Amino acid sequence: MADTLLEIRDLRIEATVYPPGERPQDIVIVDGVSLALEKGRVLGLIGESGAGKSTIGLSAMSYGRGGVRLTGGEILLNGREIRKARGAALRDLRGHEVTYVAQSAAAAFNPSKRLMEQVIETSLWHGICGRAEAEARAVTLFAKLGLPDPETFGHRYPHQVSGGQLQRAMTAMALCPKPDLVVFDEPTTALDVTTQIDVLAAIKEAIRDTGVAALYITHDLAVVAQVSDDIMVLKDGKTVEYGPVDQIINHPREDYTRALVSVRSMDHPEKAEEVEPVLTVDHVTARYRGTHFDVLKDVTVSLQPGHTLAVVGESGSGKSTLARAITGLLPPTKGAVHFAGRTLAPALSQRSKDDLRELQMIYQMADVAMNPRQTVGTIVGRPLEFYFGLRGEEKRKRVQELLDQIEMGEGYIDRYPAELSGGQKQRVCIARALAAEPKLIICDEVTSALDPLVADGILKLLLNLQEQKNVAYLFITHDIATVRAIADSIAVMYRGEVVRYGPKASVLSPPFDDYTDLLLSSVPEMRIGWLEEVIAHRKMESAGH
Amino acid sequence: MSPVVKLLAQRIALGLLLLFLVSILIFVGTIILPGDVAQSILGQSATPEALANLRRDLGLNEPAVTRYFAWLFGVLQGDLGTALTSGQDIATQIGARLGNTLFLAFWAAVISVPLAIFLGLLAVRYRDRWPDKLISGVTLASISVPEFVIAYVMIFFVAVKLRWGVSVATINDSMTLGEKLYAIALPVAVLTLVVLAHMMRMTRAAILNVMQSAYIETAELKGLTLFTIIRRHAFPNSIAPIVNVVMLNLAYLVVGVVVIEVVFVYPGMGQYLVDHVSKRDVPVVQACGLIFAAVYIGLNLVADVVSILTNPRLRHPK
Amino acid sequence: MRIPLAALIGLFFTALFFLTAIFAPWIAPYGMAEVVSRDIWAPSSAEFLLGTDNLGRDLLSRMIYGGRTTIFIATAATILSFTTGSVLGFLAAVVGGWVDQLLSRFVDLLMSIPSLIFALVVLSVMPVTLPVLIVVMGLLDSTRVYRLARAVAVDINVMDYVEAAKLRGEGRGWIIFREILPNALSPLVAEMGLRFIFMVLFVSTLSFLGLGVQPPMADWGGLVKENADGIVYGIGAALYPAIAIATLAISVNLVADWVLNRTTSLKGGRGG
Repeated sequence: MADTLLEIRDLRIEATVYPPGERPQDIVIVDGVSLALEKGRVLGLIGESGAGKSTIGLSAMSYGRGGVRLTGGEILLNGREIRKARGAALRDLRGHEVTYVAQSAAAAFNPSKRLMEQVIETSLWHGICGRAEAEARAVTLFAKLGLPDPETFGHRYPHQVSGGQLQRAMTAMALCPKPDLVVFDEPTTALDVTTQIDVLAAIKEAIRDTGVAALYITHDLAVVAQVSDDIMVLKDGKTVEYGPVDQIINHPREDYTRALVSVRSMDHPEKAEEVEPVLTVDHVTARYRGTHFDVLKDVTVSLQPGHTLAVVGESGSGKSTLARAITGLLPPTKGAVHFAGRTLAPALSQRSKDDLRELQMIYQMADVAMNPRQTVGTIVGRPLEFYFGLRGEEKRKRVQELLDQIEMGEGYIDRYPAELSGGQKQRVCIARALAAEPKLIICDEVTSALDPLVADGILKLLLNLQEQKNVAYLFITHDIATVRAIADSIAVMYRGEVVRYGPKASVLSPPFDDYTDLLLSSVPEMRIGWLEEVIAHRKMESAGH
Repeated sequence: MSPVVKLLAQRIALGLLLLFLVSILIFVGTIILPGDVAQSILGQSATPEALANLRRDLGLNEPAVTRYFAWLFGVLQGDLGTALTSGQDIATQIGARLGNTLFLAFWAAVISVPLAIFLGLLAVRYRDRWPDKLISGVTLASISVPEFVIAYVMIFFVAVKLRWGVSVATINDSMTLGEKLYAIALPVAVLTLVVLAHMMRMTRAAILNVMQSAYIETAELKGLTLFTIIRRHAFPNSIAPIVNVVMLNLAYLVVGVVVIEVVFVYPGMGQYLVDHVSKRDVPVVQACGLIFAAVYIGLNLVADVVSILTNPRLRHPK
Repeated sequence: MRIPLAALIGLFFTALFFLTAIFAPWIAPYGMAEVVSRDIWAPSSAEFLLGTDNLGRDLLSRMIYGGRTTIFIATAATILSFTTGSVLGFLAAVVGGWVDQLLSRFVDLLMSIPSLIFALVVLSVMPVTLPVLIVVMGLLDSTRVYRLARAVAVDINVMDYVEAAKLRGEGRGWIIFREILPNALSPLVAEMGLRFIFMVLFVSTLSFLGLGVQPPMADWGGLVKENADGIVYGIGAALYPAIAIATLAISVNLVADWVLNRTTSLKGGRGG
């Protein structure tokens, strides 16, 4: 066996939490995790939020963020025990043998120092090489990572470069001191899917070229399958499964792993009836008051009753703006919105109560979509009161029915949003929308902020409800996998325009326009070797991103 | 023109505009009232002729706008008017007193600013441990107590019982610097305490904010020593917030100085203003009000300018 | 419900002062301006628990009535400041547009002058009566409440749940009173405590400078002024009202801190 770079045995990590009004409590974040990483290999740590993956990653540098303590087990780096290391011993290994790439490069860089200064800082600090050599090495790395103008890139300040470039600069910073191990902590999570693919490819190539070992942390199994040699699946601080990437992806042993692998693979055959559309967006153009450019340009789509139209795009594509135009928050400057056989007044204030009732919306962040000072009963009950005049016992019964439909029981009526989990909060928002008995529900990125398995649950619920109530969905998202799973028709948006539109099957089949081609090919597939194919197939854009 | 210069010019122009508007506000503040100035000065038993004469002397018969501009032009030329009660030229009177007030404020600032930064650093270093809690407790008490209370308590226990310092701080040009400093020792101590309390809470917050930034963690994960992290990463990013804090809190000096001068009977502008408010000497009040407001606006302006100058996004635009 | 020691002490003194203020005429041994002795600044005795003041009046009685005046003025000014500031702040946030611009610019202008200075300027021409004091103090301070109320309302206004209510078709009344206000309450209530403290300090300072409550009416700031001359001679009479002001302010501060900690740690839900 080649030299073992990092060996973790039975690691235990705890933290103290301070629930309001109660005594501080100690909780266990990571419980008995063991792993072994050899030089030059990549281990992917995957799990949902709260699984402890970042915490384990940081423990490879014997670091606990925010009062987290490494209380038990052994961490051996190059044969040395580092869990209990202190002072100089600790500082020597950090930034030297082990380096870190943070999730948000924008926050991780010092805003008042030039990039080159920060990238070579560790090399100089640990006396690895002189300034000239360090700078030369940095420029080589910039070039390898596909950054524009590598010679002068380092002269810029963090705010002068884009998010994707910063993430790559951070990778350069981590590789510059020639470390043995790099910890990548969700490096592409905050990026658009078309940017992500470039950064991912850059990281993979850099790892291969420098022969460095890596811990790659993410919640996206498809991503981790592209860069890792081995994968460890984590849940609630414990190891669920640990093995080579081929085994985990293609022959998962545990149920949890299986669920993660098969995420978004629900079956939803496309529907085809042709009746009067419930929603028609007719050549809508819109702009924000006081600005000089259109945020929506001549958008035309339509939606059948009981069907799902997925509107896909990246940030800035105009998909959320389309929702605002339909609901009347942003009156169009040209064109009109037709709904349920009538034309809707452009502005919200001009619409009738029925107009408002039959068109409902669910938001991305359920936390802020509900008034924290109202109980679940009040939140779900208000539409019943407001639209149907229900009161008292009658209202309570109906609220109960709705809660049953979203698979939450009786006890939740008097709870407050803060007491619910992420998935439960979103379910309550769904119940609130259903209470109005709408014909159309706009779902604005409703699963984007949820863990993959929880999101799956919500999607399945939405599909069931659609079957029962024949309600149409306008489903806004940036996630292609979700679109494949639930859409009947798809509209792809880019910079305010619809670049591709039609039934799901035809939209997702070639030949594609340039943007859709780029978008679809950027979505990581749960298939080993996919990334290599894309790199070989595509020229990496060195400008932009 | 670079964005920094443009922004600076805008900010300074805004400051001047503000000063202009404030002068109007001060002027308006002294003319809107039920009853009139002449009546208030001469009292209820004044004869109609005396009232009419006074009104004419004060120029109260002119329309307000004319009176305002007359006053404003005078101010711009350095003529602050004549005191009603004493007939003396206000500008000369203020001249000497302004110097005294600035002397007092200067020493209070010079002591409190470094102390506030030091205590702020200390509080952050030992966050939530006893030094931090002690400092927090003392400052909380200080800001809850009016300046004159602190002043009298200090006078009672220090000047009278311990016989250190003086309880009446008279200074004049014939004194040496040392004598002057001894005379103002106690007032400066009180002022410092007052300003320090406010400032320290804010420097603590500003420093804490910087220390909790993500790039500080990055530096730690690079293996740098704490001292280097603070020197290289925390400090450059703290200058702007701390200067901001200092400037905003020096504004407390403007108010504190007025009260302290009254307590210690110190011949400064604060005393001058308060004396003449009770005597209802409107020209003096307007002049003093304007000067105090100008200093206040000036300090806030400096705070904004420093923020602009130290913002890397503005100095190096995309 | 466990109340920390600091908050308990704060509550105790606050309650003590308020109750004394309310029941002053029944508690005070002598009249407010009653001259009871020929001895000025007599030391404390059985007859006069805190001794006499600079004119031979019972200091304790003057302190009790003084507390009444101080607390009354501070409370009235706080209520005025609060209602004006909150209403205008909410209005500016919810209506937006030129109303917001106009109000905010005017408030910015007012806040360019320190409150004390502006109060002195205005009081140099106004008759110094209780209503005038309350109005001047209240309106000047409402600027700070305006800023806070507006900021809080703006923060809440952009929340999705407010937008959801608008999309439902809810009227302005529902949105302000059922969506925004309940969530704005806790930061505002905590602020109320701080404004009250500021009013106590403000009125005491004004009275101390001779421009607040006029003698023979008593208020703590004025009492300090009246008895200040004795300090030089080692007579501590002025210290009693001085310490009283400090105690009241610190006590209310402790209570306000506790309220702030309790309500911001609960995200809605119980007790909110």
